[in-house]
Parts: sequence; C-alpha cells; structure tokens
Amino acid sequence: MQVDGVVNDWPNRWRHPDVYMDRGGPFAPESFIGGDELKEFIHSEDCKILVVGAGGLGCELLKNLALMGFKSIDVIDMDTIDVSNLNRQFLFRYKDVGKSKAEVAAEFIMKRVPGCVVTPYFGKIQDKDEEYYSQFAIIICGLDSVEARRWMNATVLSMYDEDDPSTLKPIVDGGTEGFKGQSRVIIPKSTACYECSLDMQTKPVTFPICTIANTPRMPEHCIQYASILLWPKEYPTTKIDGDDPDHINWLFNEASKRAEEYGIRGVTRTLTMGVVKNIIPAIASTNAIVAAATANEAFKLATSCAATVNNYMMYVGDEGLYTYTFPLEKKADCPVCGTESVKLAIPATWKLHELMESLLERQGTQMKKPSLACGDRSLYMQGPPPLEAATRPNLEKLVSELVKEGDTVVVTDSGLPISLKLVIHFE
Amino acid sequence: MSMKKKAAADAAAGTSKTKTSAARIRLQKDMGDLGSLPKTMQMSFPDPNDMFNFVLTITPDDGFYKGGVFTFSFKVKEGYPHEAPKVLCTQKIYHPNIDLEGNVCLNILREDWKPVLNINSVMIGLQYIFLEPNPDDPLNKEAAQVLSTNRKLFEQNVNKSMKGGCIGSVTYDCVSA
Ligand SMILES: [Zn+2]
Repeated sequence: MQVDGVVNDWPNRWRHPDVYMDRGGPFAPESFIGGDELKEFIHSEDCKILVVGAGGLGCELLKNLALMGFKSIDVIDMDTIDVSNLNRQFLFRYKDVGKSKAEVAAEFIMKRVPGCVVTPYFGKIQDKDEEYYSQFAIIICGLDSVEARRWMNATVLSMYDEDDPSTLKPIVDGGTEGFKGQSRVIIPKSTACYECSLDMQTKPVTFPICTIANTPRMPEHCIQYASILLWPKEYPTTKIDGDDPDHINWLFNEASKRAEEYGIRGVTRTLTMGVVKNIIPAIASTNAIVAAATANEAFKLATSCAATVNNYMMYVGDEGLYTYTFPLEKKADCPVCGTESVKLAIPATWKLHELMESLLERQGTQMKKPSLACGDRSLYMQGPPPLEAATRPNLEKLVSELVKEGDTVVVTDSGLPISLKLVIHFE
Repeated sequence: MSMKKKAAADAAAGTSKTKTSAARIRLQKDMGDLGSLPKTMQMSFPDPNDMFNFVLTITPDDGFYKGGVFTFSFKVKEGYPHEAPKVLCTQKIYHPNIDLEGNVCLNILREDWKPVLNINSVMIGLQYIFLEPNPDDPLNKEAAQVLSTNRKLFEQNVNKSMKGGCIGSVTYDCVSA
C-alpha cells in the first residue's frame, strides 16, 4: 500500500462485479450502459456513498461496499464502542472500547481494503447540512432509531428538486429486530418514503398504565412501575438516562421491591436497562443478511446493472423463514412525500391575507381554511381559537415582512391530504 | 463540484434554515382541522409560537363531573405521530382513571396509540372518561372501588372532592367552576 492510501488495482481484482458491469442483467433498466466508464465511475469519487450508522448493520455494510469496489465512502455515527458491541460489530476490538465507532470502522476498512477511502464523522446526522448530503450518489441507512430515520428521510426528500435530477438521492434502508428485518429502496417522490411507513414501525413496548399501577404480572410491569410512576415522583425534574448506572440501579432496586411484593420473578439489571432503553435484541446473522441485501441494492442502483427491489423486502425469520417483497404504496397524506412543492411568484406588495385568498382560488385544490407556517413559526392558524387570535395580526402584514425570498411556506388545510409547500419569490 | 451542483447545494442550504419538520406539519394539520372547539373544551398556549405545548381545559356538561373545570397539560414531541402526546392532569382530582400525580389511564395514550390518531382523538378520549369513568381500569383504586359498589356515594365523593374536600386521607384540589 502506498503512503497516500491509494493503490492501483491488481489484475482481476474486481473480476466478479465487473462481469455485471460489462453486460448487465436481463432485467437491467434501459439506462444501463456497461463497460469501462461504468467501472471507473463505481471506483471513483463521483460515486460517493454515505453509510449512516456504524453499528451492527454499519459494520456489515462498510465491509460489503468496500469489497464490491466502492472506493469513496463516508460513515456517520455518534456512538462510541461499548464492550457489549464486540460480539457482533466485527470491525471493533477490545482495545477500541470507548472510541468512536465511525472512526475505528473507517480505519479498519481502509487497512483491510487498500484503495478504499472511508471518511468518518463522529457525531450526529443533524450536525450536517444539505450541502453535505448532496455530495453523495446514494445514502444507505443502517440505523436502529425511528427518529434518526425520519430525520434522514425528510432531509433527503426535501433536497429533491424536480427540475434538477442531480438532487435526486436514493436511500437504501436496512433494519433488523431479532430474527426479522427489512431492506428497502426509497426513490424520492416515486416510491413510498420512510414516513409513509410510520405505522408499520415497531412501537416501544407499552403496557396499560392501570396494569402497571395495580395488576402487575410481568417483570416488565415492575420496571415500568419504577420508571413511569415512581421516578417522576422522586425526581420530578430529572429525565431518566438509560446510560447512567445510578439511574439504572435506582430503577432496578425499586422494580425488585415491586416484584417481590407481587411474587413476580425475572427482574434483572440487564432487563431493567433493556426496558428503559427499549433495547431490541440484535442477532449478528440477521444483520449480515439484511446488510447484504441492502448493499446489493446499492450496487444495482449505482450501476443500473439489474433491477432493484420494488420496493420493500421483509425478511421474516421468527416464524419459520420466508421473505416477502412488495411495492409499498405512497401515502397521500404523508407529510414528507405527500406534499407537493410549488414555486410561487407573488407581488412584493401582497399582504398575508392576499396570499391566503389566492390559495382559495387555486385551481386543482379545494382549500377552505388554510393554515400557514414558515419553519417553526405559524404565520396564520385557522384554529384552535387562541392560535387563531395570536396569528390574526399577521394577516395585515406584508408577506415580505414574514418570509424571506426563497423561503418555504407550509400550507395545511382540511381540503389537502396533508400539506402544500410554497417556495415564495417576490416579483 | 460543478457549477450546477454548487448552485443546487447553495439553494438547498438556503432552504434548510426554514425547514418544517414532519411532526410539525402533522401537528399544524391536526390543529388547523380542530377549528372552533365544542363548548366543553378550551385550549390555551403558554407560548402561542409553540404548538407543541399546550393546556386543555374540559368543563363537562353532563355526568358526575358536571360543574368541574379540569386541566391537562399536553406535551407533543418531535417523535409525533409515531409517539403519542404526553398528557397529565395538572390538578389533584378524584377520578378512578386518574392518579394523584395526574397520570391518566386512557388506552390511546399508551398501548393503543397509532399514528393515524391525532390530538382531537385524545381530547375526545379525555372528555369521555369524565362522562363514563371506568372502574375496571383503575388508577385511583379507592375511587374505582366506590364507583363499582356504590354509585350514590361515588357521586357524593366527586362533589365533595371538586369543592376541595377530603376523601379518605386525601385532600383534593378545588375544581368547581
Ligand atoms: Zn412519504
């Protein structure tokens, strides 16, 4: 390996993936053009891939992508390595405990796969802006949180401008839960997005609060009794931190007392932490299966050498074994992709009520009572009454006092499935 | 970066400052669709710029709790509507399904929450437990016990508690209109 980290490929290094880049599969999209140019593209910086998450899925994804010939990869993860990760997150060793997952993973891959440049970022996805995300050809998510996925999905979808194809960034998303998992491709505006599938996502396990309070039967009931009912009484101003051993010990002790009182067995420190942090058991092989499918979809997307999944593959390993692939439908009322975005040029002299009136006359939509916001600010709310009253003075203000050139105004109305985005330009 | 790409990135970066989150869009829709409220419900916003935190006041016009004014704090998080809003009764009241800390036993606030439900569903649910308190899902066991065995006594207890009286060893908040 050369000092600058770049090596020339040795003969036949990419012989197997090259087969597919030379001729493509029978169901390759019409856009497929095989040959050397494609191979160079895949190995080049123009085909930069982002891996979000360097945990169980992330380790597998990075390994798979690097071994397929992607040479320019960024990886983001805000976590540090914990001893409990070492059983499956195979890019990490005992000496790495406490270090950044993204940094250690990047270093490992670069050492193991010469010529592959992995750039780590040790921090949150929210730290990065749209300029950062726009440098990637494909964004691959290997995350374990609904919140992070929603944010990433909304960000990537909002970057897409229909007039500029270069802003279209496909997302390939993998997820696992014990012996189950899924891999899916999200093409902004043409397939369902992550937000469309929000009601399919596993909710944190919750029990009726009266069961927790009066008729506990399971160790989890005792733990939630401690965390939901006792903690806020004892520490009204402190939020439970699942990573704070003092917090876990307190909850474990209280839950144990409760369990003893009701003759319930099975309250342990580990279970307490699991319930409080809502830890879903991770199985290394499930991660491997889902990450493999996810990386292959990314390769097919990048090369067009074969058709990609349409658009959601479930791997179900907890009831025998089967996989099920189906085209998840876009939701009309999805606040992320169900929202049409229109550029609207308005006279600089318009007041907000004039903008509202123009919306009511808009062809194609049947708006009756539009509510308007810009960013986190309400411009005008039709209800409830106190918000209406608080925002009413804005109706007489100039739109240009309320929003800047190029700002997006979000309109909701009972006549819209969800919302309409107006990108405002002043004439 | 090509000129075109650069321009796109600049435009994208420019709009990012004014982005409205999916949770906020959904909440804005929920709120706008509420329009005017039934006369048994009122909402107030400590900060009118903050839709995520508000107080709901329920004044039942029928049932055991007629004549009372009940307040609930709502906290909606960015996890909405994947996560249910967090709702607490801010008064100490005598109710089988509400404990003395204000926790409310309402299925759609916890185990039966779904993203298709909205703020209005929760408001209707809260109103319903004043009309039909349910002794089978108790959080205040004593109150539930009385409701299922002696409705007359329960009614008296509710009236006494709403005036700030004592039931058993507990002094309740005065919630009479
Ligand atoms: Zn969507």
